[in-house]
Amino acid sequence: MAEYEFELNGAATQVTAEPGTPMLWVLRDTLGLTGTKYGCGRALCGACTIHLEGQAVRACALPVEFAQGKRLRTIEGLEDERVGKAVVDAWIAGDVVQCGWCQPGQCMSAAALLAEVPQPDDAAIDAGMAGNLCRCGAYPRIRRAIHRAADALAQEGK
Amino acid sequence: MSGVENLSRRGFLKGSLLAGGGLILGVSWGARRAQAQDAEPEAPAVFQPNAFLRIAPSGEITLLAKHDEMGQGIWTGLAIVVAEGLRVDPATIRVLPAPADPAFANNAFGVQATGGSTSTWSSYEQMRMAGATARVALVTAAATQWGVDAADCEATDGKVRHAASDRVLGYGELAQAAGDVQIAERVELRERAQFERIGKPTPRQDSAVKVRGQALFSLDQRVEGMLTALVARPPTFGGKLARFDAAEAKAIPGVKAVVEVPSGVAVIGDGYWSAFRGRAALELEWTPGEGGDAPLDSDALRAHFEGLSQRPGNVARDDGDVVAALSAAERTLEAVYEVPYQAHAPMEPLSCLVELRADGGAKLTTGTQFLGIDHPAVVGRLGVTPEQVEFQNSYLGGGFGRRANPASDFVLEALEVALAAKDLGAPIKTVWTREDDLQGGWYRPLFVNRIVAGIQDGAISAWHQRIVGQSIARGTAFEGAMIKDGVDGTSVEGAADMPHGIPNLKVELHSPVLRVPVQWWRSVGHSNTAFAKESMLDELAEALGQDPYALRMQLLEEHPRLQRVLRVAAEAAGWDTEPAEGMGRGISVHESFKGFAAHVVEATLEDGVPRIRRVVVAIDCGLVINPDQVEAQLQGAAIFALSATLGQGITLKDGRVEQSNFHDYPLVRIHEAPAVEVHIVESEEPMGGIGEVGVPGVASAVCSALRAAGAPRIRRLPIGTQLQG
Repeated sequence: MAEYEFELNGAATQVTAEPGTPMLWVLRDTLGLTGTKYGCGRALCGACTIHLEGQAVRACALPVEFAQGKRLRTIEGLEDERVGKAVVDAWIAGDVVQCGWCQPGQCMSAAALLAEVPQPDDAAIDAGMAGNLCRCGAYPRIRRAIHRAADALAQEGK
Repeated sequence: MSGVENLSRRGFLKGSLLAGGGLILGVSWGARRAQAQDAEPEAPAVFQPNAFLRIAPSGEITLLAKHDEMGQGIWTGLAIVVAEGLRVDPATIRVLPAPADPAFANNAFGVQATGGSTSTWSSYEQMRMAGATARVALVTAAATQWGVDAADCEATDGKVRHAASDRVLGYGELAQAAGDVQIAERVELRERAQFERIGKPTPRQDSAVKVRGQALFSLDQRVEGMLTALVARPPTFGGKLARFDAAEAKAIPGVKAVVEVPSGVAVIGDGYWSAFRGRAALELEWTPGEGGDAPLDSDALRAHFEGLSQRPGNVARDDGDVVAALSAAERTLEAVYEVPYQAHAPMEPLSCLVELRADGGAKLTTGTQFLGIDHPAVVGRLGVTPEQVEFQNSYLGGGFGRRANPASDFVLEALEVALAAKDLGAPIKTVWTREDDLQGGWYRPLFVNRIVAGIQDGAISAWHQRIVGQSIARGTAFEGAMIKDGVDGTSVEGAADMPHGIPNLKVELHSPVLRVPVQWWRSVGHSNTAFAKESMLDELAEALGQDPYALRMQLLEEHPRLQRVLRVAAEAAGWDTEPAEGMGRGISVHESFKGFAAHVVEATLEDGVPRIRRVVVAIDCGLVINPDQVEAQLQGAAIFALSATLGQGITLKDGRVEQSNFHDYPLVRIHEAPAVEVHIVESEEPMGGIGEVGVPGVASAVCSALRAAGAPRIRRLPIGTQLQG
């Protein structure tokens, strides 16, 4: 076991974990933050997407030591930032969810996309969101929500 | 059988239509206190007019949902229907999962279960009445308190008003008094034209908690001191454990115990990761088990099934004389259509948390569609009374049928793990990895269909279909009800009842018995039969030189609901217009689960890769409760079906499942997902299903669109690389 320190959703956080433990399980089992979901364990589905230094990464494929000293954000803290708030608002307003299991990860990816491409077209959305699976097939509403979040952010910025 | 008839039979409701008035229903809810078991002590001032509703003095309204929320929006739908009778905003109703209790039985099945696209239509009258009877009691309580005539009081937005004296009391303020009111025997319900809540687009009650990651799914449930178990199961179906060595597994930090269970070997750790590493460190030896000497192989199974399709099977339908008609036909078409095993692959893998109790009972926290089956199964295994087993259900991270397991597989296995590791004295959550999920069986069966059709005088004169595939009912508690004269109705649904007026029609079934566990998968038998039927109709249209839309309209002359959705979809898609260069269109129409859906698909082919550009779907499901969620279900169903059409399939080689995760069991991703336009047909017809109704018609429409774009006819799913090079 080893000690690790990182900034999680704005708060300094220390954990004790076996080296190599994926951040997904540190978040869910050690810290009790279950908003980050397990879907495949192999970075294939995106359900566990979190932000590492503002970049979308798959927590199931991120060993805890790679988080050492870094700034992390999970769905539980997404609304604390402007873009994340707009994404969550658009997701709720657009009733994107069906079963909902993949949706926190979808929102994390969408926020990372909008931080980089403030006004994505459908092709940019498809490129930015292709790593996030939705078994319920909510993709049409995911696209619509991202456009809405982008529009809301553009309005706000005026 | 309609929901009302079922309800009536079950003694819940006695209904009658009074001339000139609304629908009047008599109710006999019994006690005003909920019959459901409840872990929480009953607060005396909480008004509990029936098993479903509670109104607290604070005014908070709680609905115990008799159907499980797995994405289909049913909790919102139930709240809307209750809200109509209760005269409140559905958003003010808090919805919680019901406990395991016969009071929450599905009216279509007689047991507590969510599936078969029954939730909305089967509970509609019951939920209307649950809300309306509660409202009447609240109004009565207010009128009594004020000493006025109840007829002069009006209930709106959670308040009762007496306009003449300008007095108002909230439902919460009336909760205690309403508890003393005899619940009305007969309550007048609104006519459809008067609805204020039903039929309006209504936001989901679970959007915010799910988006924010606050909603508790089974895998998210945690209790103090909980441990996590993963089970190593046999690599082949029916395999048995020969021996195992746990020494290395036990050396993994965090591993607490390794125990043998009936399904394999469980490694119990302080969290997922230790259990996962521990399981990987197990040394395991398996034997193939009974009948396992000849390893299963999908290609061999397909050849075997194809052979069976050339021999007579059990007869599911026999109209006219199909043999004579085929021999007299001017022309015959013969084709074999095949679909593979399919996994449900809900995004949330399976899990079940078990807390054993000192009295021999247990609390199980899971996500199940099948409380009415799982609860007695656990009671039976423990040998305790029903009251000693408590179930806490959760939001279901997708179900698609997998969480309605006839053998209660993931629930009973978790119980076995807890029993085997009882000495640890800890609650244990057994969890499945994605690999466990995809390789763990309980698939939609592999099916082979052979259809021989005859053409005479420019019309289809004969249709002879043989279906070969495992029965999902055989060996389950449902065998007696589902299998008649050797025919599992779910294997032939959508084929044996095809309504196309073909005079000579025969449908036969072979149900080979194999070690692969099979189960209902979103749209069940229709996922196979609609593909075969609609594909053959398009092949016949081509042979007849007829337009596929026109041919269907003509064959379905006596089926206005099918004709109507077909017309709506065709018009919305611009069926009579010329598609863009390289684009093909395909069309289908199919009835399933009392719902009627038509699809038009537009597709192109790029270097052998199908690109689905647009899906237009029309549905008639009768009265609609929440059009926004009907749209969502039809969009989702189309994309779910596309995954199974384009790339997904479970195959066996040397007895093992070849797929293991989403890299080789590909779900459609966002860049592959077309726009899906949903048209809901305004309908006065009986209510029907929604969630599964949008699946069956997609596959053939895709294949027909590709055919129209110049590709060969696809007769075996998934399309995969069949059109490449």
